[in-house]
Amino acid sequence: MGNLSRRAMLGATGGLIAGGLLKTQADAITLDETAATPEGPPSAPQEAPQDPTKVIGRFTSDLGERAPGEQPRRIINRPSPSSSSRTPLQDLRGIITPADLHFERHHAGIPAIDPERYELLIHGMVDRPMTFSLSDLKRYPATSQLCFVECSGNGGAAYRTNAAREVTPQQIDGLTSTSEWTGVPLSTLLREVGAHEDATWLLAEGGDAAVMGRSVPMEKAWDDAMIGYGQNGEAIRPEQGYPARLVLPGWEGNAQVKWIRRIEISDQPFMTRDETSKYTDPLADGTARQFSLVMDAKSTITFPSYPNVLPETGWWEIRGLAWSGRGKITQVDVSTDGGDTWEPAELQEPVLSKCHTRFRHLWNWDGGEALLMSRAVDETGYVQPALKTLIDARGEGTSYHYNSIRPWKVESDGRVFFGQAEAQ
Amino acid sequence: MTGAREVRAIRLLRVALVTTIATVGCQSGGGPSGGGSGDGPATFSFGQDATPAQIAALDIDVRPDGTGAPPGSGSVEEGGRVFAAKCAVCHGPTGTEGPNDVLVGRDPREGFPFGATRGFRRTVGNYWPYATTLFDYINRTMPMTAPGSLTADEVYATAAYILYLNEIIPEDAVMNPQTLPAVMMPARDRFVPDNRTGGPEIR
Repeated sequence: MGNLSRRAMLGATGGLIAGGLLKTQADAITLDETAATPEGPPSAPQEAPQDPTKVIGRFTSDLGERAPGEQPRRIINRPSPSSSSRTPLQDLRGIITPADLHFERHHAGIPAIDPERYELLIHGMVDRPMTFSLSDLKRYPATSQLCFVECSGNGGAAYRTNAAREVTPQQIDGLTSTSEWTGVPLSTLLREVGAHEDATWLLAEGGDAAVMGRSVPMEKAWDDAMIGYGQNGEAIRPEQGYPARLVLPGWEGNAQVKWIRRIEISDQPFMTRDETSKYTDPLADGTARQFSLVMDAKSTITFPSYPNVLPETGWWEIRGLAWSGRGKITQVDVSTDGGDTWEPAELQEPVLSKCHTRFRHLWNWDGGEALLMSRAVDETGYVQPALKTLIDARGEGTSYHYNSIRPWKVESDGRVFFGQAEAQ
Repeated sequence: MTGAREVRAIRLLRVALVTTIATVGCQSGGGPSGGGSGDGPATFSFGQDATPAQIAALDIDVRPDGTGAPPGSGSVEEGGRVFAAKCAVCHGPTGTEGPNDVLVGRDPREGFPFGATRGFRRTVGNYWPYATTLFDYINRTMPMTAPGSLTADEVYATAAYILYLNEIIPEDAVMNPQTLPAVMMPARDRFVPDNRTGGPEIR
């Protein structure tokens, strides 16, 4: 199992792995030269000796790093100020996304912001317009929430009946990540400025070169919105909005404005580009759905998936992630026969609202062809639809919110491919 | 004005009441009084009052009704010069060639088939519902090589030129805080609120 995963990863990121091994070998030479000094071995990673019990290990270090053979990487869409990179879902365990593997979507690059000069302005329909420094924000009573952030364009490659076969979970759905976000509830700041009760919308605006602006209903602002400054126990990474961002649990990533510098309270939406020209969902009936902010329930199998190869028949654990922007995942069903029959998968605790949830299902592979599927159900009773159901509801030309079932085809020789085409 | 003052006074009173209730709640909950921990007050005053100048420096949004549109004006002809110098490199000489977003095009003239088929490019002319969004977006982040560097006159002119290329305003039109919000975009009435609610129905 471990060898298999590693082989799959080597196939996807061979060049990077090779680079890592080269660096490790150079470090090993350094180790030999210094091993006899009174200081003992250096803290840099060393090449594995034949018998680790016969060699003193390296010392402590002020910053850890990954094992040389475990080097998951994001996939970069294109080198451009407006671009994205994708989380290696198939390489992760549990529900947390390491902060340096959290997906990225920037519209004008990653800004460099001086935390000492950072300010958040809140104004508009308020009694008292105010600015908050980073230390002001951190002084307020804090809250933390584990929740996913997902780009609403995630999964576009799967929204076609002739989807490519040789694509990984990362390539299809890598624009979703889960972190523990820490910050101040936005409701605390709204009380502080005296936000008017008849206000219905706010504009959240970023301090990047896109000056990204999105309108957010006040109902969400008063509910579980947060001005986040912490991510997985440390300061938010620059790519994720350092020093502070808007966190809207369960809602599309674009509205969770990073590098947030201004909030204007209003009684109407602002109709920015990214809620009119973009991030709207044209429908087959000749309309376009606007402010489609909640992410519907979705799941995907992360193992086995392309480019895995099952080396032998027998017991394999089908593993994956499920999540819903409307609350908790209550059930994930797994099918190995293309949706003819379904069995409930095990949900791995913790099962949290608006958060990646692990599912797993033991499968005794008999060596025949199989079409694997997962189907998430959330606490509202929403059931993740088949692709055809979603196309019937919205039209094949629609954009965003591509949450249909992800099929994976297992060939009789053990090779696994994305199985959208076979699922029709 | 008296009415507004009264409203403000009522709001302040409400804040005071909330503060009182929060304090009482803390005490009745058995928490320590007199500076200890507990539920805390409703407000903390950790931030600073924002001055009108601070707000004006950041308050750049322009809304569909024209709120926030700064003084200035620009003609189609002036916009053509700005576009050629600063926009065409990414959007093409006529706004149709790319390599970045295609800005110009009315195809198809009838209907709004973007959900039904994949066959049509979405442009300012066939998809954008509000002309004010053009000003807001160009002003806040264009051109990509020098974001936010255009004057208000240049932004009005560029918006005018793009609207003209899309055959929405005539060649002699001038865009300013009054005329821009009055432009009726072809796709204005196509946008509907989100009707997804969770539950069993797939929408």
